[in-house]
Amino acid sequence: MWDYSEKVLDLFYNPVNQGAIEDGNEPDVAVVFGEVGSIACGDALRLHLKVQVSKDQILDARFQTFGCTSAIASSSALTEIIKGKTLDEALNINNHDIAEYLGGLPEAKMHCSVMGQEALEAAIYKYRGIEVEHHDEDDEGTLLCKCFGVTENKVRRFILENDLQTVEQVTNYIKAGGGCGSCLAGIEDVLIEVQKEAADSVRVAASVALKQEAAATAVAEAPVRTLTTLQKITLIQQVIDEEIRPVLIADGGDVELHDVDGDRVLVKLTGACNGCASSGDTVKYAIAAQLRDRVLPTLTVEAI
Amino acid sequence: MVVYLDNNATTKIDPAVLEAMLPYLSELYGNPSSMHSFGGQVKTALEAARAQVASLLGAQDTEIIFNSCGSEGNNTAIHAALAAQPEKRHIITTAVEHPAILSVCKHLEKKGYDVTYLSVDRQGQLDLMELEAALTGGTALVTTMYANNETGVVFPVEAIALMAKEYGATVHVDAVQAVGKLPIDLSRSAIDLLTLSGHKLHAPKGIGALYVRKGFRFRPFLLGGHQERGRRAGTQNVASIVALGKAAAIAELDLAQGTDPSKGSVPSEAALRDLLQRELLATIPDCEVNGGNSPRLPNTTNIGFKYIEGEAILYMLNREGICASSGSACTSGSLDPSHVLMAMGLPYTILHGSIRFSLSRFTTEAEIQHVLAVMPGIVDRLRALSPFNNDQADWLQERDVALAT
Repeated sequence: MWDYSEKVLDLFYNPVNQGAIEDGNEPDVAVVFGEVGSIACGDALRLHLKVQVSKDQILDARFQTFGCTSAIASSSALTEIIKGKTLDEALNINNHDIAEYLGGLPEAKMHCSVMGQEALEAAIYKYRGIEVEHHDEDDEGTLLCKCFGVTENKVRRFILENDLQTVEQVTNYIKAGGGCGSCLAGIEDVLIEVQKEAADSVRVAASVALKQEAAATAVAEAPVRTLTTLQKITLIQQVIDEEIRPVLIADGGDVELHDVDGDRVLVKLTGACNGCASSGDTVKYAIAAQLRDRVLPTLTVEAI
Repeated sequence: MVVYLDNNATTKIDPAVLEAMLPYLSELYGNPSSMHSFGGQVKTALEAARAQVASLLGAQDTEIIFNSCGSEGNNTAIHAALAAQPEKRHIITTAVEHPAILSVCKHLEKKGYDVTYLSVDRQGQLDLMELEAALTGGTALVTTMYANNETGVVFPVEAIALMAKEYGATVHVDAVQAVGKLPIDLSRSAIDLLTLSGHKLHAPKGIGALYVRKGFRFRPFLLGGHQERGRRAGTQNVASIVALGKAAAIAELDLAQGTDPSKGSVPSEAALRDLLQRELLATIPDCEVNGGNSPRLPNTTNIGFKYIEGEAILYMLNREGICASSGSACTSGSLDPSHVLMAMGLPYTILHGSIRFSLSRFTTEAEIQHVLAVMPGIVDRLRALSPFNNDQADWLQERDVALAT
């Protein structure tokens, strides 16, 4: 026997919210259902939702499940979890939330919780009239597992979303490879590819982080520049004249140095820069950043 | 109340069998190969057991090799058959064999052997014309089960053996489910090799035997000492062998009494099986016996309950103290349902909800009545949960019938 939690067995033997929801044509209420699986696959779930339209909120949820102990318990758990939630809140529910509510599922049975998540998405997308867009990418690409109709794209998505590490885990989550087994090597290839991509992106991120850290260390360890007031003003004027003004003049604008008070630099925008909607960005990026980089990192710049 | 109806998985050790073996787990611990009287008396018991097993099969004592289990017997038989005719590279088996055969055949395919997997029909039965078409002079081995472990369907093994012999093929029969349940007389058979397992006939687990027809060019699978006349090395599991011998003797007696009307008013397991099957079909709509129109083991019925799933049924039964088995995918490591039921081409509406009830001579009518009392409620309850309730459901299935692939 499977090592089911007490909660799984309780919800299997005493399921709550089973059945369908009939559309009573109540005002401000919509009834919709989403379904996944088939009798050929060995499990199927039809999830019924009663939605308060004005609040976009789930008033009631019921299920009809063809499947094993954990499929029935997962369906029942799902209905309990989502009742009272807005549709957006419900869309944030994933299979791990269902498994957690149940006190865990045997890993080989995780696909039962996935079925719950997929039925919920199917129902909400159907309600919102965007059913066809639901995981369209899953239906594209190579059909990897013919027994259960699982594409390479879907395998890839589940590996990424659930941090799956082994082929067996892929099978446990989406059944792919659980039939004739002829696609197991293909699943392993996808797994290796995704893991390699993940490792590469981690390497790039680590490399960027290292460079940023090195740059920060260099700045921190650089000797503090000391300038007299006259030297500071002279240097600011020089950078404005030689590096900043030519750029602004090219755009029909200009700037002139008005005053220097300690590290506070006051400038006056002229020409097209004066009254321009982007003058704030001009001061921030074209003038202040340049002066901090070329004169002193402690400078602030204000336009008068 | 525990109602054990999973006897094709394993059986209860008969108390008389347990009593017979116990001395060989305590004071009679000698090695049967030893050259002293302490070992000698153990050897005497071992050989007595060999005679009992041989008697059950209509074989000679020297044709019985004790081993550890059915899987060992099947592996040994296949490798021995191929070693005897190394120039032949073709094997014929069936699509519904036990994994102890199918896994070996798949392995041998990778080693260059050509394997033909005979199909079965909707009733789980073979087509002898298909066998004849597959046989060639290059066929080294025909290996088939006597009776299917899931459906109880019995194959015409004697006809198969005669047909195979015309092409010079070795014939192996996996009779793990049949021994003790069907009369077998190998003295009048063309079968070369036959496997049996102790725990299927009220002996302990871990003991089995392989029948090897006298004169067959047998090559040992397990090498080492000279036990079992050099055909299976390893110190014998004497206590379990004694148990198997006792179990065989009881089974032989039981089979003989089964044909004796004077046995009395106690219902036989066949009668109880028929009662169970008949009443379930009468009280529960939308169910059918898988392989019900074929000859079957007297103790087995496999019933498909439409629109519900097997594991869920088993858990509901378990809560009522009833132990059964299912061909459902969810009860196994694989996610595909039973390869046997798939090969029979059952509709998916039945396939996932099939339950095997397998009885033994210890099964009582009260136990069967308990199953009959609770089963309709269980099916009703699960069908109330199911979105499927008739064959017209629009999302019921795209593929109506399972494929034998």
